[in-house]
Amino acid sequence: MANIQKKNSSLGDFVFLNVTRLFAMLTLLILLGILASLVYGALPSIHKFGMAFLWSSEWNPPMEDFGAKVHIYGTVATSLIALIIAVPVSFGIALFLTELSPLWLRRPLGIAIELLAGIPSIVYGMWGLLVFAPVFGQYIQPFLTATLGRIPLIGALFQGAPIGIGILSAGVILSVMIIPFIASVMRDVFEVTPAILKESAYAVGATTWEVVWNVVLPYTKVGVIGGVMLGLGRALGETMAVTFVIGNSDQLDSASLYSAGNSIASALANEFTEAVSPMHTSALVELGLILFLITFTVLVFSKLLLMQLARGEGQRT
Amino acid sequence: MKNDSPTAALTTQISFKGLNFFYGKYHALKNINLDIYRTQVTAFIGPSGCGKSTLLRTINRMYDLYPEQRAEGELLFNSLNILGKGVDINHLRARIGMVFQKPTPFPMSIYDNIAFGVNLHERLTRADLDDRVEWALKKAALWDEVKGKLKQSGMSLSGGQQQRLCIARGIAVKPEVLLLDEPTSALDPISTMRIEELIGELKNEFTIVIVTHNMQQAARISDFTAYMYLGELIEFGVTDQIFIKPLKKQTEDYITGRFG
Repeated sequence: MANIQKKNSSLGDFVFLNVTRLFAMLTLLILLGILASLVYGALPSIHKFGMAFLWSSEWNPPMEDFGAKVHIYGTVATSLIALIIAVPVSFGIALFLTELSPLWLRRPLGIAIELLAGIPSIVYGMWGLLVFAPVFGQYIQPFLTATLGRIPLIGALFQGAPIGIGILSAGVILSVMIIPFIASVMRDVFEVTPAILKESAYAVGATTWEVVWNVVLPYTKVGVIGGVMLGLGRALGETMAVTFVIGNSDQLDSASLYSAGNSIASALANEFTEAVSPMHTSALVELGLILFLITFTVLVFSKLLLMQLARGEGQRT
Repeated sequence: MKNDSPTAALTTQISFKGLNFFYGKYHALKNINLDIYRTQVTAFIGPSGCGKSTLLRTINRMYDLYPEQRAEGELLFNSLNILGKGVDINHLRARIGMVFQKPTPFPMSIYDNIAFGVNLHERLTRADLDDRVEWALKKAALWDEVKGKLKQSGMSLSGGQQQRLCIARGIAVKPEVLLLDEPTSALDPISTMRIEELIGELKNEFTIVIVTHNMQQAARISDFTAYMYLGELIEFGVTDQIFIKPLKKQTEDYITGRFG
């Protein structure tokens, strides 16, 4: 007679279920734990400066007067510059690799991009400071001043002494660092687009560009935005490479992107060892908390963007 | 009944002359000679791997997307050899529409699915574009089902509706020829029947070439049938003759289900 009662094997299921559940819960616990400890560490600073911490540009450790504006600006500005450069370039790379490149070139190029992603960030930093910044200051910044600097409104961003290091340089270095991530994600998602869907677009007489722009990109938008967010996350938190080229100045006097600045991650790396007073430490922890919140906000915005896009493509019943 | 010379009153739209096709080194189509007549339905039948889809895909040069594939010989479309240099492929594909094995709606609204191809080739005013979309959807017998929800995603439709959307998309560009690559293989019997009825109506205006692995379908809807085997054209003729009195033993074996 068949035995349909529970056997010992259900014990295995029970253990398996709970072990996996424990692992899954652990991520949530770690997230909450980190958030809680950041808030706890930042409490003295939050009490003393309140919300003004966010928009005060004072950063004066001896006087124990702290504000995060310079660092927030530096973090957001460098990351934005990085995205503005990296997203179109990555799109071009992915487009070339999936649609245009001859077969024999695809593998070597793909491997080169993955190798670029594997370069340690400290190497990017050294290269940025020693090789890139001098060239950038000598040739590229004067050129930008003479061209983009003449355009009203954004012209003010490209004024000042071309010293090589600064917010713009940090943004450019960051873009080089995140291009491999964004490009390889874009390539991967472009590759999973069904051939038959692309053929359908070609079959009505679309060019490669029209196929990729109107069909492949909308089809893969979730993956593409995921790749961009991956790059943005990396740019926001990047420390070493930025520290080398951003100039580490806690003042922000002009709108120019040529001027030296500071980012949250860079300030944390530079100052934690020097922070003697508890208030200085607390202010740094609050910076960390803000970075955490910026990243979180970016994630929320990307989700909202995706929902918006889904609406634009028409309802799915 | 067809008379003795069924092709006498017909004009040739597409003509294969000594066509050979290669996937890399693999010789997939061997010396194909075949005429396809204007506003007739021509079916390609044969067992899997016989080259019928490959043959279809030479007509709009879809193989161009794949560097290792190439065609040799001549393929005349309205007397012009489209395998030669100097053919505008995008323009060619606007005149030769195609529908695939599976419905492939683009990730956009029903309206935009139809308008996409039209906008590639013509600059229409909004009102004209609206008219064209309506015309194409009516031709594809889909208008009554979707007229109230043109802004909805094309992917929200059922499989059969999606395939008719793809047909509408193909004819919206006003092509002369419609290539159908096993258009009903992913559909249920009811949807299949609707597509077959639709083909019967569309052939008044378009030359239709259909690949099918369903012999009954070929017998039901086509005027001419080409039977292929292992990359060769075994027999081509009026559908009734192919199915009732095939000239070749091989064709007879296939259509009577003795193999395939």
